[in-house]
Order: sequence, then structure tokens, then C-alpha cells
Amino acid sequence: MEGDYKFRINNLNVFWGKAQALRSISIDIPANRILGIIGPSGSGKTVFLRSLNRMNDLVPEISVEGRILLDGEDIYHPDVDPVKLRKRVGMVFALPVPLPASIYDNIVFSPSLFRIRDRKKLNHLVETSLTSAFLWDEVKDRLKTSALRLSGGQQQRLCLARVLAMEPEVILLDEPCSGLDPISTAAIEDALGILKKNFTIILVTNNTKQAARVADNTAFFLMSEMIEYGATEQIFTMPRDKRTNDYVTGRFG
Amino acid sequence: MAIALSAITMLVLIVLFIIKEGLPFIFKIGITDFLLSTDWEPAAGKYGIFPMIAGSLWVTLGAILVGVPLGLAGAVFLSEFIPQWAMKTIKPTIELLAGIPSVVYGFIGVMVLAPLIREYLGGPGLSIMAASIILGIMILPTVMSISIDSIKAVPNSYREGAFALGATHWQTIHMVVIPAARSGIIAGIILGLGRAIGETMAVIMVAGNAVKLPNSPLDSVRTLTANIALEMGYATGMHRQALFATGVVLLIIIMLLNYIAMTAIRDRGKKK
Repeated sequence: MEGDYKFRINNLNVFWGKAQALRSISIDIPANRILGIIGPSGSGKTVFLRSLNRMNDLVPEISVEGRILLDGEDIYHPDVDPVKLRKRVGMVFALPVPLPASIYDNIVFSPSLFRIRDRKKLNHLVETSLTSAFLWDEVKDRLKTSALRLSGGQQQRLCLARVLAMEPEVILLDEPCSGLDPISTAAIEDALGILKKNFTIILVTNNTKQAARVADNTAFFLMSEMIEYGATEQIFTMPRDKRTNDYVTGRFG
Repeated sequence: MAIALSAITMLVLIVLFIIKEGLPFIFKIGITDFLLSTDWEPAAGKYGIFPMIAGSLWVTLGAILVGVPLGLAGAVFLSEFIPQWAMKTIKPTIELLAGIPSVVYGFIGVMVLAPLIREYLGGPGLSIMAASIILGIMILPTVMSISIDSIKAVPNSYREGAFALGATHWQTIHMVVIPAARSGIIAGIILGLGRAIGETMAVIMVAGNAVKLPNSPLDSVRTLTANIALEMGYATGMHRQALFATGVVLLIIIMLLNYIAMTAIRDRGKKK
């Protein structure tokens, strides 16, 4: 059973200053599946995501309690190096933030951090990761141009490709399509569907339909708590909790 | 509006005045003779300012070598490794350094630095090295405070992006933050440079003011500014014009530096 779950999270509590951002979250996240996390703004989805690769460490006011096991290892154990953890658990942010450098340099940024210098290997990584992110055909002739010249949708796929080039095990996506048009969104969703063969994907989204389209499992967060977690089909067709029902049918509030 | 215009008018008048007083002299004596000859003997009618140009450049270069690494390291430390409240007290304190009169820096150079150099490294003490160190400290607030501002202006999302890609704090700083803040940092360095090359009093006190081409950092030099300030009091006729011409050269060097600084700042604006 242990091998089937990538993350096992037990009684996770996160505090932001004095306010509680997450209340006793326990969830097991299966490997090679897409987990969709839905819920209104401010429900703690992003804080949850950022707990999984310890990005919360960077905010001094945030403290994390509870246990998060990645492949059975406690990621908050003092021996764990957050830098190595973040290499295994990659993250794509809501707003695409390419580094002010060329497309090529954006992709090789992470591999070169880990001392990959071989040109052939880097070129190969650039091609495969851009292909997986459905971006290769659009940029293959101008890899040396600035990444800032790309459109928003292309930038977001570049950020996805950049994470793929890191060869992580888990990919966290924080509302990756919030600023994108439907066509770019579809491109990213298609990419995710293929990527889950090799990665465990956790997708936070404000767009419930997106979760319904791509996620295998879905968790519903509300006011710092996880209300319900189950197979996507079940969450969207016969939710157990009335609040979940109200939210997915758009009758909330 | 009127005040702004009057400031511009003042600037134009100053430039015109110096050019009017200095330029005829340059043409009379010949640009190459004036700029490239090493003989400065006004009494004998020899007006070569090359040693002073070299002096100014060496001292400025030295100031950059001292001030920029310190300023940049300090800026990175203050903006990346220190809590916000501590920075809010430390940064204004550093900026206060800019308010210390240059003659006081000169005092410290003469009383502390020059004897130390004379004792441990040899030479007269009053030297390129002493002037470089003093000037390096004087430009520190400029370099540091502009660098801090441009490092702070790097969006936090760049840092998070780098961290999320598995970068350590140091890797984030030197691969993402500093490149992103580069044009601001360069502008700070060039403004510091302008200050170093224009500084007069502290340099007169610590550089030794000998009119000859230096062979080592321990040699005494005279800068363009020092040349003007030292001799203006008694110069007449051609000699006086020669000093104005020195001013023209200085003015051109400083304007070039400011132009470069402005271009660097403008380029930063374009990128965003």
C-alpha cells in the first residue's frame, strides 16, 4: 500500500502568524494520478501546496505542524534538505514568472544548478521538456530569444517545461491557468494528462470544471479545512457533504 | 517651473563659462600637447596634464576596487539576509556616511591611513592607495544604497521561482537576483564613480599631489581636481586658463559617466 501513495499527510496544521491557515488536514495522495484541489479563495489551497515543497519556509510568519511523508520520509525532518526536496517536488505558480533570460536558459536553469554541464544532455532536456509542455513547435526556432517575449500562455507552458527539465517526481501546480485563454488552458490540460504517467500531479484550481476535466481525485477545501476528498466523479456527481454539493454546482453563498 | 528652469540655466551657464575660459587655451596649445604631454611646468610655459589624467583615473579605479565589492556585498547582505526592521535602521545610517564632510575623511586619511601604509607597505604613505581607500569608503553609501534599492525592486516571484526550481539561497542571489538588479547596480557604481572622480578635498589631503606618472599604488599622484584647487589661488594669465582647460577635461569625463549611468537606468526601464 505504501508504494501506491506518493504523499501521506497526517494532521497537518499550518499557522500564519496567529491565524490558522490549515486545520488538521489528513490526506493520502496516490502516485501517478492527478489530484485536483478546489475551493474558494482563501480556503488554504495554496498554503497546503506550498507546505508540500516547503516553500512556506521562506515566509518567516508561517509555522507548520503535523506530518507530511513523501515516499514514507518525513519532509520536515531536520535532516531533510529543502533544496533537495524542491528538486523532487517541482512547482508551477499562478503567474508565470520566467527568469529574464532566453527560453533555453530558462529551461537549463535548474539542471545546471545540479551540475549538469553536458551540452548534448542539456539540449535533449530542453527539447523533451518543451515537447512535453506542448511548446516545442512554437519556440524551437527561437530558443535564444528572451522568454519575456512569449505570450502569457506560452510563458506558463515554459514554466511547466522548466519544472519538467528538473526531472522531479511530483509537480505542484498553483492555479496554472488562472490568467490564460481557453486554448492555452487546453494545451496545459492536455500536457497534464500525458505527464501523469511519469509524475504525481497536484493541481490547485479555482476553476471547478478544470478539476472535473483533468483530475482523477478531487479534494474540496473550505475555510482552512478539507471538507471532502474522493474520486473526481464521486465529488462532482454525488458529493457526501452539502457544502461540496453547493460549491461544485455553483450555488455557493 | 521657474525654479527648475533656473537650475537648468545655472548648469548651462556653468558649462558655458568653463568652456569659454578653457577651450581657447586648449586650441592655442594643441589638444595632444595638452592631454598627452607629461610636463606640467606653468612657469616654463609647459602645460601637459597627462599625469593628472592618469592620477584621476588610477585613484578612481582604486576607489571602485575598494568601494564596489564592499558596497555590493553589503547590499546583498542587508537586502537578503537581514530582517526588514533591522534594514530600516541600518540603511539610513549608511546613507549618513554620505553626509560626513570630505575634509573629515581627509583627516582620517592623513592621520590614520597614510602612516599605516608608510609603516607597513613603504612609500610616502600619501599615495594612490590611501586615496583609493578613502574614496572607496566615500562612495560606499552611493553604491550600497542604490544597489539595495534595485535588489529590493527585484520581484519576489523571481526568488520564489528560483527556489522552487531547487536553487539554494546563494544560487538564487547570484543567478537570479543580481542579474535582475544588474542595471540598477551598474548605475549605482557609475554614480559612485562620478563622485570619486570629482572629489577634491579628501584627495588633496591624502594623495600626495606629486606631478608625475605613478609606477605603483604606493606612489604619490595629483588628480585633475587637486590640480585646479591647488593652483587656482595664485595662477594668472595662461596658467589660469590652463586650469580652466583642466576643468573642461574633468567636466567631459564626468558628463560621459553620467550619460552612461542614464543609459543604464533607461535600459532597465525598457526591460519591464
